[in-house]
Order: sequence, then C-alpha cells, then structure tokens
Amino acid sequence: MASDALRGKGFGWVYGAASVVVFLAVSILVLPSDFAGSPNAPWLGVAAWVDRAMTWLVRDASIGGLALSDLTRALAAAAQAPIEAMQKVLAEGWVTGAGFNKTQILPPMSWLGLTLGCAFVAYRLAGPALAIFAVVSGLYLASFGLWISAMMTLASVLFCVLVALLLGLALGIRAHRAPHIEPVVRAIMNVMQTVPIFSYLLPTLLLFGYGPSAALFATVAYAMPPMVHATVLALQAVPSDTLDLARMTGCSRRQTLWRVELPVAMPRLAIGLNQVVMMTLNMVIIASMIGAGGLGYDVLRALRRLDFGAAFEAGMAIVVLAVLLDRMTQAMARRQSAGTTGTSGLRTGIILAGLVIVPTLASLAVPALALWPKAATLSIAQPLNDAVSYINQRFFDPLDSLRTFALLKLMNPFRDALQMLPWPLAISAVAVLAGWLGGRGAAFSVFAMGLFVVVTGYWSATMGSLYLTILAVLLSLALGFPFGIWVAAKPRMQQGVQLLLDTLQTLPTLVYLLPAVMLFRNGDFSALIAIVSYSVAPAVRYAIDGMRHVPPERVEAAAMAGCSKWQTFRYVRLPAALPTLLLGVNQTVMMALSMLVIAALVGTRELGQQVFTSLSQGLAGPGIVAGLCVACLALIIDTLLKAAAARAVQRNGVAHD
Amino acid sequence: MAKMKTMILTGTAALLIGGSAQAFEPESDQPIKLMQADWTSMLVHTEILNIVLSTYGYTVEKVIADDSARYPGFESGDLTIALETWQTTQDKAFNASVGTGKVLDMGELGPHAREDWWYPAYMAELCPGLPDWTALKSCAEAFAAPETAPKGRYLGAPVAWGGFDEERIQALDLPFEVVHAGTDAAMFAELKSAYERKAPIMLWVYEPHWAPSVFEGAFVEFPPYEDACYADPAWGLNPNAAHDCGKPQGWIKKMAWAEGEKIWPCAYDIVRKFTMDGDEVGKLVYEVDVNGRSVEDVAMEWATANEAKWREWSACAAN
Repeated sequence: MASDALRGKGFGWVYGAASVVVFLAVSILVLPSDFAGSPNAPWLGVAAWVDRAMTWLVRDASIGGLALSDLTRALAAAAQAPIEAMQKVLAEGWVTGAGFNKTQILPPMSWLGLTLGCAFVAYRLAGPALAIFAVVSGLYLASFGLWISAMMTLASVLFCVLVALLLGLALGIRAHRAPHIEPVVRAIMNVMQTVPIFSYLLPTLLLFGYGPSAALFATVAYAMPPMVHATVLALQAVPSDTLDLARMTGCSRRQTLWRVELPVAMPRLAIGLNQVVMMTLNMVIIASMIGAGGLGYDVLRALRRLDFGAAFEAGMAIVVLAVLLDRMTQAMARRQSAGTTGTSGLRTGIILAGLVIVPTLASLAVPALALWPKAATLSIAQPLNDAVSYINQRFFDPLDSLRTFALLKLMNPFRDALQMLPWPLAISAVAVLAGWLGGRGAAFSVFAMGLFVVVTGYWSATMGSLYLTILAVLLSLALGFPFGIWVAAKPRMQQGVQLLLDTLQTLPTLVYLLPAVMLFRNGDFSALIAIVSYSVAPAVRYAIDGMRHVPPERVEAAAMAGCSKWQTFRYVRLPAALPTLLLGVNQTVMMALSMLVIAALVGTRELGQQVFTSLSQGLAGPGIVAGLCVACLALIIDTLLKAAAARAVQRNGVAHD
Repeated sequence: MAKMKTMILTGTAALLIGGSAQAFEPESDQPIKLMQADWTSMLVHTEILNIVLSTYGYTVEKVIADDSARYPGFESGDLTIALETWQTTQDKAFNASVGTGKVLDMGELGPHAREDWWYPAYMAELCPGLPDWTALKSCAEAFAAPETAPKGRYLGAPVAWGGFDEERIQALDLPFEVVHAGTDAAMFAELKSAYERKAPIMLWVYEPHWAPSVFEGAFVEFPPYEDACYADPAWGLNPNAAHDCGKPQGWIKKMAWAEGEKIWPCAYDIVRKFTMDGDEVGKLVYEVDVNGRSVEDVAMEWATANEAKWREWSACAAN
C-alpha cells in the first residue's frame, strides 16, 4: 500500500526521501546525541523575542494613532457593563457604601421569582419535565446557600455564551463560503482551543484589565471553536438539492442562508451550541482564578481548605446551570427549526413579569424571599467529607498498589521510551507519515512544527505532554467508543447518558481530582485520571452521533442481503460512521490537550507545568512558547487525523460504489 | 457617565450617613482596587481594609487576581493595594516590580511566614532522632513510597514556588526524592490522606496556614538559614555546595501602585499603618477555614472588636 502511494506521487518523493536521509545524517553526525536544548538554554531565544514582542504589543502598538491597549480596554469596558448590570439585577441589588455604612437601595431579584419565571419559560419551551427540573434546580441553589454565587456566574456565562455563539456562527459561515480559508480558520481554532489561557494570561491582563473582562475573553477564546467547527460541518451537510431548489426559486444569497441553510442545518448547529454552553461552564473555574468570582471561586476556596463536600456542592451548582441552560437553548433551537416561534406574545410576557416581580417586591417585606434564611441552609458537605475519609482509610492500600503497578510497569516505561527517542528520528518519522497520508504540504508543516518544539528547547517537556496525551486518548477511546456505540442502540438511555456527559464536562475537574489525589497521590497517575474523565465525553458523544446518523437504507439493505448483526456493524455501520468517529478522535485529543494545564495542578512535569512556572516568574515569553508547543502537538495530531480521515472517506467511497 | 453615577452614589451614601460624626472627605472618589488572591488570611485582611476604607467614604472595589499574575496590574494601576506578598514565593517578582518604580513596598504586614520540611507527630516514633535533620539520613526508608524506595519520598511545593529542595537533598546528602505537588490544595490533600491513615509522609508545610493547627506535627530542624548558605558554597557543612541549610523565614509585605500615593495619600497612610499580629491571624484563619464561618462575618467581628485600633491607623481621616 505504501509503495503504491509512493509511486503515485512520483519524483517528489525521491527528493523527500533524500532530504530526510540527509537531515538524519547531518543531525546525528554533527550534533551530540542529547542535544535538544532546554527551556533555559534553547537553540533560539524565541521566548525572549516573544517577550519583547508582547511588551511592544501591550505598551506601544497602535492602530491608526489609537493605542491597541486603549482599544482593548474600551472593548473590555463595553463587555463589562452588561455583565455588571446583570449581576446587579440577579445577585447584588443596588448597594451603596460598604463596611460600617453599607445600605441597600434596591434588592436583587428574588430567588423564588427567578425560579418560577425560569420554570414557566421552560414549560412553554419544552413541557412539564424541564419545568420541574428548573424548580428543583432553583430550590437546590437557594437552599444550599449557593444562590448569589450562582447568579454572579450566570450573569457572565450568559454573556459569554451569546458572544461565543454569534462569533462562532459568523466565522463558521465565512469559512464555509470561502473553502480556501477553511483550513486556516480550522488551524487558528485548534490553536485557540489548545494553547492554555495561563500561557498568555499576562498580556491578556494588560490588554483587558483584571476582573471579569479578562475572564470573558479567555472563555470566549476557549468556547467558540466548537461552534465554528459545527457551523462549517452543518453547512457542508446541507443537501445540494436543497440548495439547488433555493437557487431555482430565486433566493438571494442572504435569503438562502437564513431561510434555507441555517434552518436545515439547525440540528447540527445545536450540537455546536451544546458544546459552547458546556465549555463556557467548564471555564468557570479557570475564569474565577483570574477574577470572575462566583461559583468557581467558591469551589477554589472550598478546595483550599480541603472541604471536598462544599466544593462538590458548588461544583454541582455549575452543572445544574449548564444543564438548565443547555436544555432551554436546545428547546429554543428545536422550535426555531420547526418554525414554531410565535408563542411569545403579550400574555406570556405579563405572566412572566408577574412571576418574577411579585416575589421580588414581597422580598422587601419577607427577607426569606430575597435570600434563603441562613439558619435553614442545607448541606451534605459533612457526610461527603466523611465518605472521602472512609474510602481513604479503607481502600487506600489496594488502590495504591494499582497506582504503583500502572506507574512503574506501564506509564514510566512509556514515558522513558518517548523521552529517549532521538528527536531527528521522531520528527522525520512523523513527517514521512504525514506525507504518506496527506502529501507534501502536510509533511512540511508537521516537520516545521516539530522543529519549532526542538529549537525552543521544549522537546523533553513536549514528550512529557505527548505521553500523557497518548495514554489519556487511548483510554478515553477504549472506554468511550464502545460505550457510545452501545448506547446509540438504546434510545431510552440517551437522556441519562447525556446528563452524565454534561456532568463530566462541566463539574470542575478539581472537585473530584483532589479526593483522587488523596487516594493516588500527586503525580502522573492522578493527572491521567483527570484528563481521561474529561476527554472521554467527546469520545462517547461522537460515537453516539456517528452511529445514529448511519443512513437507515444502508442498514436495511445489509439486513436484506442477510448480513449478521456483527457483519452489519463491521461492514456497514462502522464505515459509514468512520468520518464522525475520526472527528471524535480529533476532539478527544483536543480536550485531552486542553486539560494538560489542569493536570499540572496535581504535579505533572510537562508543558502545562512550564506554563505555570513562567507565569509565576512573571515572564510572558516562555509561557506563550510552551503554550504554542501544546498547539504544535495539537496541530500535528490534527493534520495526521484529518489526512487519515480523508483517505478513509475516499476508500469508503470506492468500496461502496 | 460612570463618574456621574459614582458621584450620585457617594452623594446618596453621604446623605444616608448624614448625622454620624464623620466629616472626612476622601481625596478622590476614584475606586481603590484591593487585590485578593484565594487564600484565607488575605481574604480576611482585605475585607478588614475594605471595611475601614469604606467607613471613611472611600470607593473600594475588590478585584480577584492570581498571586503570580498581579505585577503588571500593579504597574499599570489596574490594582491599587495588596495586603499580602509572601517573600517565600514572590521574593524575586516583587523586588523586580518594586524596581520598576511603579510599585511601592508598603512595609510588612506583621506575621512571618515559616516554611520547611514537616512531618506528622506519629512519624517521630518511626524516626526517633527527629526533629533533628541528621535523623533523616538513617530512617529515610520509613518515608518511602513504592516508586522511591529505598529512598524517602518528600512532597515538595508546586515547582513554580521554587524552594531549592533538590539542591538541599544533594548538599546535605539526604536519601530522599522530591515529588512536586501541583498546587497548595493538592499538597495538603496528601497530608490529610496520610494523616487519616497514620501513614508516612514528609512534606513542605508553611505558616500561617490552618493545617498546622489541625494536624499535629513538627518542622524538621535543619542548620538555620543564613544568606551566605544560599550564596556561598563554602558556607556550612558541605564545603562544595550551597543550600546546605533550612529555608529562610519570610516577611509578608503590603504593596501598592505608586501613582496612587498622589491620589489617596490618606488611604495610603492607613495601609502603611495596617498591621496584624501573627497569632491573631492564625485565629481568624481558623474561624473561617475550620469553623466554616464567612470571611465577611469574621472580618466584621474583628473590626467591631478592634475599632479603636483601626481608628488610630486612620488618624489622617479623623479630622
């Protein structure tokens, strides 16, 4: 097979092979064997250049006489105003003064009013089940004393979702219309999703200021890419006869987009929306590390005093918000695509306003309606903490021997093997693979990115990241794909599984990671658990999605041809789902890479840790370069997977014709 | 527009306070931005300062910022005052920032940070020579984990905090291996885990922190720190290596945006005089972290009980 491909590409390959041989010979003969540099002594001082460039960008850069930082500050202020206004309405009320002369002039909206209002809207959108969920959620937030924090978080999250949604949609439409920029957009999105926010935190803070707006910027940068991917994918999947019909009926380009393409694409766009909501709420913890406050801050504070129970309560509040927000926006999207939007109307508005305002006014007389009385606050923190202690005392030893086995027999040997790999060989091998799969362009870009990692001195740290990522992705796929494929055939389980996946993606990792540290200590094993528990979600999701979108006529044809269940799966379902599954692999890799920085919080020694170290030294350069190395890993893997997917589709097409 | 809103707000506030005996007019109604990171003592102190400054009519905002990422904010005026900067972790960055001339060293807060190798009391039985460090040479195995055996396992602070533990182990020829925790919380999670099981552990602990008041144990006594120990290899037991001693005890300093001195001279004076007693800090932290009370309640309680004290710091505002 390989020789076919080689022959097919002709002479280019002779040059390619020759240059690889020359490169290998030169680098092995000329350089000492351990010459990969280190962050402190790199071949090229890229970090220092980046440092200087950032200083310039932040201090001196200007666009048409207007300083860049003034521009970004204005943007930040513009973004902050609606968030702050919303926080006043939802959480704080209008307060003046502080300390010994604090006075409240207007109360915030009553928790009862908001809960009822939300339940009413949920009922109108999706029926009684969602309304009951809304009421239970509201009661949970209020009675566990999480209401104010939850509303602070909600205010910023709503705004982030909206911005990420609109920007993502716009970019996706743009990329779809101009296919030649699609790969560029895709690359940029992958970089945005994988370069950890902490690596460019210092310049971000300088440009956008401290507080919620820097957090907003970070959240949008992280949550928007899936919306762009989903938009491109959804628009590509619009059947061409539908477009032909639109053209024949004389629709303008804009009409085609709004009246035909987007409504038809709505179900797939809704997947993007779901991911935006999930990822926005996933960022709540990191956002609160840089000034967003709210529930994320409660989680961090609780963990600081090792109150796992309280951290879990606040973490579940994030999940509750995520699920509620997701289900309501999904219901809205469904109605939009079904064309049943016109139920609003004056009466609904009046009922809604009444439900919210009456309890709020009543809260002036009855303080319990403004804030759940402290004496009646519920908590399950103590039993949870006791449970963690019990597990620790009873099961530590068997779990520790499991950890020791995995660490000493599997993980460390694999890490050492990767670390010992001579980089010229590794880079050439990957470049050759990329060339075989995707042609010269792919080979060249992979080679260049590999070299970037070497010359900046982060080769060893990158191998540390790679080993964790590979293990995490393999584990996630091994767990996630079979589970997703199994669930796809059981429609009744969908809702439960969906809830589980949403929880995995939005319950802050640290909430269960620190109890895990108690059982598995600091180090790579705990880190692996953290990464897998997060990156398994897209594996399951895409497996379900892929299996459900297999054209039923193919399955029927297979059944008529007398295929067994296994044969149908192996020769019909699996090939048809393959492109989606490969996209699932891609997203699993991206999620795993984006978790490296969280994994660093339990003591890994790789790129994520380098990012934190440079942050603690107040240096922008090394952090950004280490972050770019994460992105290089992401892009190399993405290039390989994309090329492999293209080949798979091609071969599939041949097989089915 | 924003300014007008603030003016209206302060106006209302002034009306509301009305009769009370303070005629002090703050130098500016620009907001003073108090930085708070996520550990308890800083939260309590910042809230106390918030109470004090707000009482005199200053417009105060609390801004959450990362411990290490604060410096650009102070240099540009995004952040005005931080009450805690720990020498043990921030020494270099703090000095560099003060060196730019844009940031002021506002003096020490009072308590001193102590940090070093620490072990739970029950480990003293397994390693009888402790707390003297030389005992570690013979009983390292008591502290071993499967992946470090026969060497002892020492759980160090996050890599970013520095601390020279690898160097210390080499210089003093200790049979230990360093494993770095990822965060403060992850470090103490392991202590909690080991303490519950009475299992061996040796780790980095620092004070003021709630852990030493909840878990019984002691610091290892290394040869006491001197500047020469870190700078000069010839110093100390090992003539060929630096770091053959314990860790320095560190100050906790207040810092501020330099320009602010001109805007709120009186507020800056109050901040300079703001000091806390180490034991008292320990108690406040204990109230919040162990007894689970809110930061606001604990701070307000302190402010009520110590009104005379902070009124004295605020002499410039008490005309």
